[in-house]
Amino acid sequence: MYGDTSIQKPIEIAEPTSEEQARLEEIFQQKIDDNIKIEPQEWMPAAYRKTLVRQMSQHAHSEVIGMQPEGNWITRAPSLRRKVILLAKIQDEGGHGLYIYSSAETLGTSRAEMIEQLQTGKAKYSSIFNYPALSWADMGTIGWLVDGAAITNQVALSRCSYGPYSRAMIRICKEESFHQRQGYELLLSLSRGTDEQKEMLQESVNRFWWPSLMMFGPNDSDSPHSAQSMKWKIKRKSNDQLRQEFVDATVPQAEFLGITLPDPDLKWNEERGHYDYGEIDWEEFGNVINGNGPCNKQRVANHLKAHEDGAWVREAAAAYAEKQQNKQVA
Amino acid sequence: MTNEQEWPLWEVFIRSKAGLDHKHCGSVHASDAEMAMESARDVYTRRSEGISIWVVPSNAITASKPEDKESLFEPADDKIYRHPTFYDIPKGAGKM
Amino acid sequence: MTELSKQKALVQYAAQIGDNGLIIGHRMSEWCFRAPSIEMEMALMNCALDLIGQARELYTYAATTQGEGKTEDDFAYLRDEQDFRNALLTEVPNGDWGDTIVRLFFMSAYNKLFFTALTSSKDSELAAIGAKSLKEVTYHLRFSSEWLIRLGDGTEESHTRVQNSIDSLWAYTGELFTMTDAENLLLEDGIAVDVTALKADWVTLVAQILEQATLTFPTNDWAQLGGKAKGQHTEHMGYIITDMQYMQRRYPGCEW
Repeated sequence: MYGDTSIQKPIEIAEPTSEEQARLEEIFQQKIDDNIKIEPQEWMPAAYRKTLVRQMSQHAHSEVIGMQPEGNWITRAPSLRRKVILLAKIQDEGGHGLYIYSSAETLGTSRAEMIEQLQTGKAKYSSIFNYPALSWADMGTIGWLVDGAAITNQVALSRCSYGPYSRAMIRICKEESFHQRQGYELLLSLSRGTDEQKEMLQESVNRFWWPSLMMFGPNDSDSPHSAQSMKWKIKRKSNDQLRQEFVDATVPQAEFLGITLPDPDLKWNEERGHYDYGEIDWEEFGNVINGNGPCNKQRVANHLKAHEDGAWVREAAAAYAEKQQNKQVA
Repeated sequence: MTNEQEWPLWEVFIRSKAGLDHKHCGSVHASDAEMAMESARDVYTRRSEGISIWVVPSNAITASKPEDKESLFEPADDKIYRHPTFYDIPKGAGKM
Repeated sequence: MTELSKQKALVQYAAQIGDNGLIIGHRMSEWCFRAPSIEMEMALMNCALDLIGQARELYTYAATTQGEGKTEDDFAYLRDEQDFRNALLTEVPNGDWGDTIVRLFFMSAYNKLFFTALTSSKDSELAAIGAKSLKEVTYHLRFSSEWLIRLGDGTEESHTRVQNSIDSLWAYTGELFTMTDAENLLLEDGIAVDVTALKADWVTLVAQILEQATLTFPTNDWAQLGGKAKGQHTEHMGYIITDMQYMQRRYPGCEW
């Protein structure tokens, strides 16, 4: 899963304050241009570090919050096979959140700080997870469209200039290859099933199609600061480029499922060699990002509750470890 | 929630199969070594990626500094006589 | 009471062991996005996957033995509450982390002894399932024992909380060591495990960990019975079944 962060204000890039700093920045950019990965302890511009921490923490938050809509269906999965697949898949999301927190921590920000930012609303996560998972078909649609969109993004990110992030992405992409497939397979079963199952499938896709396209963030014309991220190779492809790739790959899959994507403007454009698609409702997008989505409050409240309910447990384990250490010393 | 002390960070190294070295693969937060070991198992070997795990407190690792890179590593670059290709052995001498 | 055939007894036996796995696995899976850290989330979900996996194998074996063309899903989704023969311990709500750890610990200590014994079953399929499951529950036992020690010997609060968990779940442990008719019948042929014989080892194991955890071994020996022998469950079980079977009951006969 993936959280796009291009929706927020750009991080200010300060002018170099000394000749020495200008030299370091030049060396840094040269490394990026030569496709040499940047590693944790190396010198990097403050804004590069800040941009990365923000992007990575929000990516990690998206993985972790993304467990909630799917977690809502584990106990109701309609077969044991589907149940273990769903469990393993959601577990992966947790693991992926952890890999990314882990990589972000190499930049000197602790996981506790990142989680606090999530809980206080300072850090965002992908807007898609503020939509509810209302039917069993959503477990398939989330895998097919949401993970599909995420993978499009993450494949690009695995070439990111920051070593730990890039390595985490490679691992994640490898593991996630089953996520989209299981989702599509689930939907195929519905498409071959009863009329009620087919309706369930179509209804789910109707709800998730547009929010999935929103996952790639604003149009390029509206995200001026992504140029710097591209220059730093934190971002490797533009929002619209990735969105187009996703649409082009998804339309034939939708046809195979025998469903209609809810966009009357969706059609093949021979000249461009791509599918044209309709205008995204950016007002809805803005609203969901800014807290007015159907589940924003619930998602953060659940996270906070788990965190607070676990406080005595974490304290107990820490106290026990301290006692053991003291015993060793004594 | 801000006052709470976070469980320490541990670096995780995994031997993927017999005969190979342990390789760094990420980190976990854990209150003690046993927990770190088990979390590493639960997080990093879900797909049979390992047969042996090392966990090390992250703050126990001493790392070379990037700014020392030139003085530490470049002096080795011109010692080309350490490599077998440096030596010319006539074909007639056989495989060596 | 009608005569129980050996075949029927074997179906019941395999399903009953499977029920324990499915229902406790269901409870563990409810921890998704609720654990004290992501690492613990991962750990509990691994346990859930192991336990539900055990249930699948046992149900499949029960279905094959039955020979009526049923599948694992018929056992999980189309039986009524009274048909489930899991121990009550597996179905009580998760409570807090301490309750969950104590339940997992009690159950894993039992499972470790039970599956060890099952590997010597004269029924080779059950013996094989026992051997595979044993590895999984050995890890669950290690995980839950360590947590029990951390909580028992952690802070004052955690000590009190987990002692309460021990005391309140204790009444559900006695049932694990009772024999059903099916078990007695299969015991004659060396197929079923004599669980009454496991109790002494279980008590020793539990006492040892409780001592390390600075916790007090409960003295109340009253056992709540009903789930295993009669399918007479706690009030909580109905909700598990409702939740779990919702899709299959609402859309009968569909492929998913």
